[in-house]
Formats: sequence, C-alpha cells, structure tokens
Amino acid sequence: MAVIAETGPDTRNLIARLWSNQQARSVIIQIVALTVVFAAFGFILRNVVINLENVGKEFNFSFFLYPAAYDITFSPFIEYSSRSTHLRAAVVGILNTMLVAACGIVLATIMGFIMGILRLSTNWLVNRLVYCFLEFTRNVPVLLHILFIHGLIVIQLPVPKMALNFADSFFLTNRGFYIPQPVWEPGAGIVAAAFVISVVFVVFFVRWAKKVQDETGRVYPVFLISTGAIVGATAVAFLAAGMPLSWSFPELKGFNFTGGLAIKPEFIALWLALSYYTSCFIAEIVRAGILAVSHGQTEAAYALGLRPNRTLQLIVIPQALRVIVPPLASQYLNLTKNSSLAIAIGYMDVVATVGGITLMQTGKEMETMMVVLLIYLTFSLVISGFMNWFNRKMMLVEREAKKKRAFFSFKTGTGEDS
Amino acid sequence: MSEGNTAAQSYAPGTHPDLPAPIRTTGPVAWVRMNLFSSPLNVALTLVAIGLLWWVMPPLFEWIVLDSVWTAESRKECWDKMEVPEGGACWAFIKDRLRLFVYGFYPQASRWRVNLSFVLLAMAVVPVLYDKMPGRKFGLWYAVAFPFIAGWLLVGGLGLTPVDTDQFGGILLTLIIGVTGISFSLPIGILLALGRRSKMPVMRILCVMFIEFIRGVPLIALLFIASSMLNFFLPPGTVFDLLIRVLIMVTLFAAAYIAEVVRGGLQGIPIGQFEAADSLGLTYVKAQMLIILPQALKISIPGIVNTFIGLYKDTTLVLIIGMLDPLGIGRASLADAVWAGLSREVYLFVALFFFVCCFSMSRYSLYLERKLHTGH
Amino acid sequence: MRPLNVLAASVAVAALTVAGAASAGTLDDVKARGVLRCVVSTGIAGFAYPDANGVWKGFDIDFCRATAAAVLGDPTKIKAVTSTGKTRFTLLNAGEGDVLWRNTTITFSRDVGVKLRFHGVNYYDGQGFMVKKALGVTCATQLDGASICIQTGTTTELNLADYFHANGMKYEAVTIETNDEARQNYISGRCDVYTTDASGLAATRSTFTDPDNHIVLPEIISKEPLGPATRQGDAQWSDIITWVLNATITAEEKGITQANLDSMKSSKDPEVLRLLGVEGSQGVELGLSKDWAYNIIKAVGNYGEIFERNIGVNTPIGLERGLNALWTDGGLQYTPPFR
Repeated sequence: MAVIAETGPDTRNLIARLWSNQQARSVIIQIVALTVVFAAFGFILRNVVINLENVGKEFNFSFFLYPAAYDITFSPFIEYSSRSTHLRAAVVGILNTMLVAACGIVLATIMGFIMGILRLSTNWLVNRLVYCFLEFTRNVPVLLHILFIHGLIVIQLPVPKMALNFADSFFLTNRGFYIPQPVWEPGAGIVAAAFVISVVFVVFFVRWAKKVQDETGRVYPVFLISTGAIVGATAVAFLAAGMPLSWSFPELKGFNFTGGLAIKPEFIALWLALSYYTSCFIAEIVRAGILAVSHGQTEAAYALGLRPNRTLQLIVIPQALRVIVPPLASQYLNLTKNSSLAIAIGYMDVVATVGGITLMQTGKEMETMMVVLLIYLTFSLVISGFMNWFNRKMMLVEREAKKKRAFFSFKTGTGEDS
Repeated sequence: MSEGNTAAQSYAPGTHPDLPAPIRTTGPVAWVRMNLFSSPLNVALTLVAIGLLWWVMPPLFEWIVLDSVWTAESRKECWDKMEVPEGGACWAFIKDRLRLFVYGFYPQASRWRVNLSFVLLAMAVVPVLYDKMPGRKFGLWYAVAFPFIAGWLLVGGLGLTPVDTDQFGGILLTLIIGVTGISFSLPIGILLALGRRSKMPVMRILCVMFIEFIRGVPLIALLFIASSMLNFFLPPGTVFDLLIRVLIMVTLFAAAYIAEVVRGGLQGIPIGQFEAADSLGLTYVKAQMLIILPQALKISIPGIVNTFIGLYKDTTLVLIIGMLDPLGIGRASLADAVWAGLSREVYLFVALFFFVCCFSMSRYSLYLERKLHTGH
Repeated sequence: MRPLNVLAASVAVAALTVAGAASAGTLDDVKARGVLRCVVSTGIAGFAYPDANGVWKGFDIDFCRATAAAVLGDPTKIKAVTSTGKTRFTLLNAGEGDVLWRNTTITFSRDVGVKLRFHGVNYYDGQGFMVKKALGVTCATQLDGASICIQTGTTTELNLADYFHANGMKYEAVTIETNDEARQNYISGRCDVYTTDASGLAATRSTFTDPDNHIVLPEIISKEPLGPATRQGDAQWSDIITWVLNATITAEEKGITQANLDSMKSSKDPEVLRLLGVEGSQGVELGLSKDWAYNIIKAVGNYGEIFERNIGVNTPIGLERGLNALWTDGGLQYTPPFR
C-alpha cells in the first residue's frame, strides 16, 4: 500500500479507489448484500399482500380459536375431541411429534451403538449380517421403511379378538399394544417426592464420585449405588404410603379393548422405522468413532492393568464420544424432521394436524405453514443447542487432558507422539 | 520306516522340516471356530443370527421367487395362478407397468429423447467417476454442460416438439430431480460454506441464517411451499413451472447440507495454508480456487456423496405434492381396479430401484475415500 | 468464476422463459395452446387412473375428454395435471390447470372461501360405511367404539366426526392418506369400518378377493355432490363447462348415443337438432364450433354411456345408477333445456 501511495496522487475515480481498499470493499459488499436481501424481502412481502388481497384472503390467526371439527384418536397427553379448537389440535400434533422424536432418538441411539459395535465384531456371520442390514436400510428411502413396518404390523399381527395374550394384562394386536395403565391414588405424591429426592441425591453423588476419581483415582460402583438408591428410596416410600397405586387393565369390549394404555400401531410403526433407519447412520458414526481411538490407547490401558470393561468405559468410550457426538446431532435432527412423514400412515403429528387437516379445512396455507416451520425450527434449535452443550462438555475434558499431558511432558521431557 | 524310528530321529537345531500347522488352526473348521464360535458370546450371537436368517429368508424367497407369477393380465388371474392367493409376488403387474415406471407420461413418440438422455447421462457420469479416462478434461466440460443438453432434449423447443414438464414421471423424474439437485447444489453449497466462514459479518450472518433455516425444517414442508405458496411470493399473474419450483427447493435444500459438509472440509485445512496463500499475494478468489478449495473438497468428498445419496432418496417426497415419481406411479397404478391390491410388489420394486442407485453411489464414495486415504 | 456466471445467466433465462402472464380468457388460452389441462387426482379407481401406456382413464377423465372434444374438436388433446387432495385447489387457482375434474365435493366454503366456481354435479355421492359381514352389524348406530378408516384431506373426516358426535358415540379414527393404504388397513382388520364416498366403497370392495363377505351399511351420512370447478371470474369458460356437462345428460335424455349419433342428425325433435348443431347457433354463442356437442358425444358418448363404461354394473367397480339415474328414471340427473 505504501508503495502505491508514493507513485503520486491516485487519479482513479472514487469507486475504483474504494474498491481497491480491502476494508472499504468489504463494507461495500456487505451493504449491497444487505440491501439486496431487504429488497427481496420487501418485494415478497408486497407480493404477498397484493396476492392475498386479490384472492380475498386475510392474514390472521383467529381460526386457531374455532372448533377443529376433526378427530385425533392418538392424544396421550391432553384431552381432545372434535369440538376442541384448532389450537388444541395443533398442541396435540406438537406433542405427538415430540413423543415420536424423543422415543425415536433414544431407540436409534441404543440400536445404533449396538450395531456399530456388532459391525466391529470378530464374528464373521454377525458382522456380515449387520453389514447387509445397514446397507439395505441406508439406501432405501425412509418413506418406504415406514410403509413397510406399518404394513407388517397391520397384516401380520392378529385382530383384537385373537389378540396375543400375555397373562391377561398385555395384549398385542394389529390395533396396538395394550398394557395395564397405572392409576395413582391419594398418597402417590409421597412416592413421587421420594423419587425426585433420590434422583437429586444421585446427581450429587455421581459428581462427587467423579471428583474423587479424578483426584485420587478411587472408583466407586457408581451405577450400582445410583440404581440402588433410586429404586430403594422409591420402594420404601411406596410401601410406607400404603401402596397408593392400582392398575387399569385392558379388556375386550365390543369392537376394541378398553381400559389400560394403548400404544397405537401407527406410533409403533413410525417409531420403529425412524429408529432403525436412523440407527444405521448412527452405527456408522459409532464404528468410525471407535476406530478413531488409536489401538495404543487400549494397549496402554491394559498395560496399566485396567480390565477390558474398565478400558472401554474409561479410555475408549470417552475418546470415541468426542468424534461421535457432533455428527450424532445432525442425525437426531434428521430423525425429528423425518417424523413429518407420519402423514403417510396416519400418525397425527404436527404436519398432519396443523399443516394437513387444519390447512385443508380453513384454507389458511400461509398461517399454518408459518406455524409448522416455526415449530420445526424450534425443535432443531433445542436439539442442536443441547448437543452443542453436550459437545462442549466433552471438549472440556479434552482440554484438561491436554493441559495435564503438556505439564507431564514438560516435567519429564518425554516427547509427544502426535 | 517304522514308527519307532520317527520318534527317535533327532535333528540338529534349525534343520527340522516345516510341519503342517495343527489342524485346529487352519482349514474351514478353524475358520469357523475363530470367526463364529470363539467365545460364549460369539456362539450366542452366531446362533441368533442363524435363527434370524432361518426365520426370515425362506418365506421371503418363496414369496419373491418360487411362488411368484410373471405373466398375467390382471390381479385376479395372478392370484388364481397361485396355490394360495397372495402367497407369491405378482410381478406381472410391474412388467405391465414398466414403461410407466420408467418414462412416466412422456409422449410415446418422443421417448427416444428420454433414452438418449439416459445414454448421455451415462456418458457424462463416466469422466466424473474415472480420473484415469483419456481426455477427461473434455469429458468434465461435457458433464458440466450435460444438465443443459438433457434439459433441452427432454423439454424440447429449438427444433424439438415441446413436452410439458408435468408429463415427466417415474424414474425419469427421479433422475431429473436427482441430477439437477446434485449438479447445482454443489456450487451453491460451496459458496454458502465460503460465506459462512467469511470475515464479513453480514455475509456470515446471512449464510448462517439461510443454512440453519433450511436444515431446520422438513423437506416436505418446503416442497409444499413450492407447490402451493410460491405463487403468493411472486408478482400477480406470474406462472412458474411446478417442476422448476421443486428443483429450486430441492437444490437449495441439498445446498445447505453440502455447505455444512464443505465447511467441515474447510475447517480441516491448517491455518498455514491460508497464510501461505496470503503471503504469495493471491487475491481471495484465487486463494480459494487454487489452494483452499481443492484441498477442502478432497477431504469432504465422502460427505458430499452421502449428501447426494440423501438427496436422491428424498426425491420420493415429491409424491406428497402430487408429482408421480416411481412410488407415485405405483400408487396411481394401484388405482386401476384391474391391479389394485398389489402394493407390496410396488414397494419392493421401488425399494430395489433406490437400493441399486444409492448402493452404487455409496460404494463409489467408499472407493474414493480409500483412494484418497493412501495419500499420507 | 466464469462457469458460475454462465450458470446464473442460464437459470435466469430459464426462469424468464417459463414465467408468463396468465391472460384473461381461459378459452383463448386453451385454443392457443391446443391442449386442455385438467386437474385430476393421482389415482382413484374408476374415476382417474393411468393405464399401462400412461394414458389416463376413468369417469372424470372422460368428462375432461368431452371438454377437449367440445373446445378443440379432439378428445385426445388433454393433459392430466395430477394433484393431491391438498394441492388441487391451489393448482387450479395458480392457473396450472384449466378445469378441475377430480371428484370434488361442492361445499359452501370451497365455492365462497376458496374462490372457485362449480358447474353442476356429474356424480351424486354420499358418505357410507363398509363393514365385514361377520361382525353382524346392520346399521351405523351399532358402531359405537369401532375403529374406522378414513381418508385424510377430504370432507369425510368432518362428516364422520359430526355424525358420531351427534349420536353420542365414540370411535377410533384411523386417518389414511391413500385409498390403497386404507384398503390394506381395512382388510387386515386394523379397522372394523371403512368410510368414504359410496362410490369409493364400491370401487374398493370390487378389489377384494371376497367381496360378498363385506356389506355397505344403508346409512348415507352426508351429501357429496361431486362436480367440476374452474377459477372465478371467467364467465365464458364457466358457461362452457356447465353446458358440456349438460350436453352429456341431455343426450341421454334424448336417447342420443355414440352409435346412433349420425342418424339422430335427421331427428324430428328440434332440441336434438339444436344440440347437434344442425339448427341454430348455440355452439357459436358459447364461443365454440357449431358441432361442439356432436363432438362430445362422438368422443365419449352420453352421460349414461360414460357412467356404464367406467363405473357401471358391468365394470369391476359395479355401481348402480341410483341417484345418478335420469330424473325420468327416479334419479337426480336433470338439466335445463337446450333452448
């Protein structure tokens, strides 16, 4: 820059001079970009206003307070009837999406870890079998999996009259899995309180045990103690309160089972299909994560005298998790978004209620789709926020480890291998 | 020689001839022991696996192959030919509808244009996949031009009879959406990734907002917006071809994912590379084109191919807005009272089609990954 | 960077070439284009489905062909724009179709709220219930507590909710997207009952291996007049669609068929002569050719022939004429005179 300045006054026009200045250029580009984006939004907004006026539609959300007039049978959390409002229908849809996404994430993670580990098994047959399953599942659209599982459940399982009966309290039919439903009686509050208190205790205990382990290397049987504390405290409270619990058993009455808790086939199908489809991707991530932990780590652990399961728990898994967690987040997001295919088999999620029937009956495409998009964006923000937090937690461990290792190598003067 | 002699014979150290390995460590028996029954857990796993195969495979094989019917005029005839109705697959239905599955509603007289574009597609794919092909440079330029050539061939105009895009369907439609999405989402995705890592805050925020918005919502919601709401966003009276709207949405959707994959690749480039480019006095564009992107793209190829596979599978979702991809064609054909009730055959056929396409893509990505891995 | 510029330019060009303003007169548009675009379903047995060559067939498609015969003189100059229950009205309103022949129920909110124009009824339908005979159910009031399969995105789910609410009964709604899925759910026993328009029930029943083991209950719980729709604000085009439908029905009233069409040209009935364009200039007043109705009947026949060919008792669908018989035979099909 200084060299150019000495060649004499710059005779080029202002814009060219500004353009050759890096900072000025970046400001110009940004202003232009921002203007273009705002202009585009303004243009779209103007068009929307004109177009809505042309077809005589109003933009408002008041229809959410009108009766929905359609039925949603699967509403496990809140009461709903066809006289309820569109808003309530939307809430039912949101809760159903959350339910299937949460259950799916849990099952997909478990199945993914199991299959990822089986893929590393030395058992040739199991290894190949899991490989074939993974490849077939990954390479076929998830919509087909959902239709397939739904068809399997509906066709292969018996009708209610011939239900598979387990001890007269569990019934498996093609209309769902019926299980006894716990009915809480007065005094149940004590049990719940005992449960909460024991959980809080366990949280503190786990933290304390970890601290002790970090400082002294002493390991407590954390899992056993935690489980024991929770189960024990809850059981004692349960007995002390005089067993404030009865069960509502499913019973075949007329066309269907009544009483008990019904898990509908649409939910089961969507849940299973989304889970095993996503678990295939998770399995690959887990496999790559475990392979990424160098074998030297395992050998070092053995050399220190750690037993194999301790090695896995203390050495391999914490390091593998660092590789596994970031891509896991996007798989969880995918699963949540894929749950929108529920509409294909009639599971009433948020796309089927707000973005489906409500949209059809009210003709409010703009408003309903806006709500649907906002809901999914919220889901994705929550999931990626949680995974980022979890990831940071894992990363923190790494930084500490690095610090310690650097300190160690400084003191002893041994070289580092990586 | 008697046995006594063998036992008594002695060898000087190092002169004993090599004996065959003990029978328990070689041969099929040993292989089975090592690979299937090496521990109690493995024994259990093996037995479970065999049980699973025994339970699933024979009925499946019977249904797909042994008891299936390949020639019939209707579902009724199909099922009459079987020992048990619905006991086998009725592939006659798929055979009868095969042309529909491939071409959709493309006018019969012009179907040579579809065939020609399939051939041209194959020719465009080869130079992209094989880097040892002679004259690959021309091949690559041709591959870049291919979407436009095929577009002209399929849509018509300039001497060819125009064909409306809503006549496209079946595998043709899947390939159009897939190929267009793949070829256009890559450049857009790269630009988005660069924008996300830009030093200019406005650019960065715009790109982040765009990427996160697209990644946060389901594709079917975007497709629905494309099919029913885009008209509200455009000046009154504008009519936009539905296929183009869908293509734009699918491309943008894939571009957001590509952007994240490429960003991962960019993050893998050591800072020294950027500094080296700067110290050579390269401009931003030149530094990116010559130094950074070639390296970043190389690391992100597996991720990019995976995104493409995802995009290709997602093309089935267009049936939710009434476009007839193979699954949609199958469902529409099921409305013909002559064939209704054969949905399993349709699903299996469509699943196989997608499996063949996507599995080859994923094998190719694996091959590339291995090839690139040997570099260091 | 150059390839990117080229790319951007070609995208812009492509966008501009497809973007064109929809002009005022649909009739002129169709004539200029030479092809009639009908919004149809993605597949409903008997009403609209593609054959092995990708040619669309069915009751609704025949009316589309009749319209093309009247407007363009050639029944093959049609294009089926497939739509789902959710996208059909937006496609029509966005100008991607000229007319909607997609067994669509005429309702107040669709006419007034969705801003469509309906032009008479080509099929009088009503929502019914189908159950397995073995259940021993004989009327709909015995369905308390049953599982019921319904297709989503239609008026049927609202009718069903209203009906059960009004009768104080409970049910489990199994909402399905396509007819084939619904069929699978019903056959396998996922649902006790399948409810949809009576025509749909008959069509679905015809695909069963044991149709005799299923009965359609006598109750019809709703009125479902199905008819063609166009965009609002094009009076001439509306008239054309209205009178295309009326021409097929009048032809049946007057006994004009595909077979005797040419001999009917020398009929003594002045209305027949007016209809076939031998006398008067009704076609020209509509903006069509003089022999527009002659072309319709030559292409697809009269209403009765269209009905019998696609969904009548001798087809797999096997529907009785019922409400769709002519008013002279105790049905509801009745048209204003050609005068």
